[in-house]
Amino acid sequence: MLTFIMRRMAIMIPQLLLLSLIIFVLAKAMPGDAVSGAIQGNPDVSAEQLEEIRGKMGLNDPWYTQYSRWLGDFVQGDMGMSYVHQQPVTTLLAGRLGNTFLLSLATLIVSYLIAIPLGIIAGRWHQSWADKLIVGYNYFSIATPLFVFALLVLFVFGFYFNWFPLGGSVDIQAEGGSWEYVVSKAHHLVLPTLSGALLATAGTIQYLRNDIIETKLKDFVKTARAKGIPERRVYTDHILRNSLLPIAAFLGYEITLLISGSIFIESIYSYPGLGQLFVQSISTRDFTVVSALVMISGAAVIVGTMLSDIILSIVDPRIRIE
Amino acid sequence: MKTVEYMKEAERSAAPEKDNLSFGKTVWREIHHDRTAYVSFLLLTTILVVTFVAPLFIDMVEVSRINLSQIYESPSWSHWLGTDKGGRDVFAQLVIGARNSITIGVAITLIAGALGLMVGLVAGYFGGVIDFVIMRVLDFLMVLPTLMFIIVFVVIVPEFNIWAFVGIMSVLLWFSKARLIRSKALAERELDYVNASKTVGTPHWKIMLFQVFPNLSSLVVVNMTLTLAGNIGIETGLTFLGFGLPESTPSLGTLISYAKNPDVMESKWWVWLPASMLILVVMLCINFLGQAVKRAADARQRVA
Repeated sequence: MLTFIMRRMAIMIPQLLLLSLIIFVLAKAMPGDAVSGAIQGNPDVSAEQLEEIRGKMGLNDPWYTQYSRWLGDFVQGDMGMSYVHQQPVTTLLAGRLGNTFLLSLATLIVSYLIAIPLGIIAGRWHQSWADKLIVGYNYFSIATPLFVFALLVLFVFGFYFNWFPLGGSVDIQAEGGSWEYVVSKAHHLVLPTLSGALLATAGTIQYLRNDIIETKLKDFVKTARAKGIPERRVYTDHILRNSLLPIAAFLGYEITLLISGSIFIESIYSYPGLGQLFVQSISTRDFTVVSALVMISGAAVIVGTMLSDIILSIVDPRIRIE
Repeated sequence: MKTVEYMKEAERSAAPEKDNLSFGKTVWREIHHDRTAYVSFLLLTTILVVTFVAPLFIDMVEVSRINLSQIYESPSWSHWLGTDKGGRDVFAQLVIGARNSITIGVAITLIAGALGLMVGLVAGYFGGVIDFVIMRVLDFLMVLPTLMFIIVFVVIVPEFNIWAFVGIMSVLLWFSKARLIRSKALAERELDYVNASKTVGTPHWKIMLFQVFPNLSSLVVVNMTLTLAGNIGIETGLTFLGFGLPESTPSLGTLISYAKNPDVMESKWWVWLPASMLILVVMLCINFLGQAVKRAADARQRVA
């Protein structure tokens, strides 16, 4: 067990290093560097001065020196300056991280709240009309592109019925800390969360349904029934115990979905989070912010996948192959 | 009991045309027997015919000409789906956008499919060290935040055009395919026919291409149909955000991106809603067809 965990964590390190190297190369390929951003709007700087500043900032060093310095700073929380916002990237990200975290957490919880009961119903009453309905919904959620769905939801519930705010994360008038602030925040979260969560259920529903259909034919379930255990308990104590655990493990894999989802959802609902910041920074060519965001997201996916693998190996010992 | 089975067997061998159907015919039979798939097939064919034939009769110059006297006209007989902010006909843009989106989706699916197939075949067929190395690289590529990378590449590529876009998407979207193919090729390489060919001295590439690949082809077709819908979704989504097809090649995402303007979204539904619905319908149809193809490829799942 411990060897598996250690081994799995050891794989993560070269992955993170390789990711940082790729992003460093990409950052170099992006137009503009630290100097061109810092002297923005100052035409008086001559070519020699520019060269001098560059030398001072270490931009003429060999690439490996630059890379190790960049990585060292990054790990210590210094991600450079944003030229558009004229403030450290770390501060910029910190202000938005909370919003994205809140949205992702809400999306995850709601999607599980929908998916787990539906998956159980579809599996338990396999081939019933409820099952057919759920399978239909599943087809729909697999096929629908997130941005189209989010737009339709915004159009119907935001514009047409006017039930929910059209964008932002909180009312401007609401004071921080007050009860209204919390309510307004929750009110703003409803549509982005629902549009993300309703399409994120497919994987869980499909897994649960298939697993229950398969498990309910197994011998230990027949034994349980033969012993006279009520049907309800056959499900809660015997089938679901086996089927529900791996879902906890899939959590880490969901991070990839949440990240790409946040890019669309946050742009459509102008929700001030990391996804929106990414799109804005790309559009304004603010590449220090872009590379920091890609690095953080990549690291989040790598760590999430690792956690999932480890949880899965605890839940299901068969996976622990050497 | 036994006799019945023997009789069934005899019946089966007596009617070879029912059992030795080609994959294409099996797929067709499967589609025919599944009402949803059949409707999807008819609908998709209609959409394809309209989107690929109608542009022949549409005057491209006329469509892209800005006409300020008829901005945001609501649907009428002369403009079936009204006009946009430049007074251009939305229906014509819808048809051309659909054609572009579908063509590019197919192109990406084919190129990414070919890449995944190649890498997966090589890894699975050779196994051992080659497989190990390829799989570790794939493990890494699979955890990259793909969408972000696509956007970054789109922005930093010096000369951005459709081909660059197709290239970027294809290069970043084949990883899971390679993994799938590899797992099947790994099982295939243990079989006798591969060993026999090796003994006779057939070169590796011939065994891979002409012997192993045909046995994986149904799997490839299934996977490609199902990813086609996803790829169209990613392309239109990126275009919607402004990182997809260039202005000169409108996609369905271009029309939908007009909805980023709250006024268009609220009161000019004819600009963006038809494109959204069309994407939805096309994706659903492709998915239902994909399910039918999937069942056809796996004898246990067949309905017909």
